[in-house]
Amino acid sequence: MAELESGGDGHKGKKRGGVRAKKMSTRIDMTPMVDLGFLLVTFFILTTTMSKPKAMQVVMPDKDVKDSTQMSKIRESEAMTILLGSNDRIFYYYGQTQPTVEVTYFNKVRKIIKDKNEEVLALQKANGWQSNGNYNGVYIGIKPTDESKYENLVNMLDEMKITGIRSYAILDPSAEEIEMLPK
Amino acid sequence: MSKIKMPKSSVSIDMTPMVDMAFLLVTFFILTTQFRPDEPVQVVTPSSTSVSNPPEHGKIIVTIADDGRLFFDLDNQVFRKSLIEKMGDSYNIAFSVDEVNAFATGSSIGIPMGGMKNYLDMSPEERKKVEQPGIPVDTTQNLSNELGVWIVNARIAGNNPVILIKGDSKSNYPAVKNVFKTLADRKVTKFGLITADEAAPVEPIK
Repeated sequence: MAELESGGDGHKGKKRGGVRAKKMSTRIDMTPMVDLGFLLVTFFILTTTMSKPKAMQVVMPDKDVKDSTQMSKIRESEAMTILLGSNDRIFYYYGQTQPTVEVTYFNKVRKIIKDKNEEVLALQKANGWQSNGNYNGVYIGIKPTDESKYENLVNMLDEMKITGIRSYAILDPSAEEIEMLPK
Repeated sequence: MSKIKMPKSSVSIDMTPMVDMAFLLVTFFILTTQFRPDEPVQVVTPSSTSVSNPPEHGKIIVTIADDGRLFFDLDNQVFRKSLIEKMGDSYNIAFSVDEVNAFATGSSIGIPMGGMKNYLDMSPEERKKVEQPGIPVDTTQNLSNELGVWIVNARIAGNNPVILIKGDSKSNYPAVKNVFKTLADRKVTKFGLITADEAAPVEPIK
């Protein structure tokens, strides 16, 4: 009813004077812009790759250099061999002749390497065994078997870095060594 | 008793600082983001405490998938053009300009040279669908060891690139051993293994 009445009310309600533009508010509604902004933020946060890959430097023994010339300088008491087996097992032995192979795992190997390194360093210092003017500590040969995973090798190289082993090499296990390993 | 009237505060708050912040973040992420290139295979790298960053440009990446397939990547378009031409020379395959361009704009590749021409003739959409068999590798120094030929040619084409191996943590060692051996046969004794970040152990070890 009200609408009808207002329609018939004539010019009574009209303002006098010129047509004045309605004063617009200076504030605009920023909500859609903010929505869009945060959408973009979310998108870029999710797609961005913040952690850049790292590279671990590896130096392999040169094939043409005869291993025996290098290896013969190492005394048996300074050597340690680490074999990487299946199921993340680690086999290790000291020295060269008639070794007894022991098994360990990645959570324990750090201490074993560290202890052996300290033992060898003490021995080297007591006897004055230097090579190139340094006490090198234990010499480690890392021998991954065919059953090991790439992860095992990388973890072992990382252990070398963490324990501060100066001389180590990635070598192939010999047939006798594979024979020695428990299945 | 008359009630104390609280002044009615405005419902709309000033969003300007928040908007400033949001767009600052947008700008930051737009500028820093790098879209990862299409990779034919997803690789989970093992983690290590290494902190050295591989160079942004000028690198060869050999990817080892968890099933032992190998993929080869050289990162610069100009280098890639000259690389595929050199590969064509090695295997007596003449690549057309379109094929060379298709290779140059691609990324990691795991196609044997025998199927390379067919692969490069496909449309980009078709190429994405191809299940790549991986680059053949063996322990010889012949042309049958295609990874070796790729490495030799890429070192010539790529202006002394850094060689990086990106292995999946679950890949078996024999696949890795073949790559190591191929590199050693080509007189590459220094290379990098790409790893993810890992916090160094808290306890300092002397």
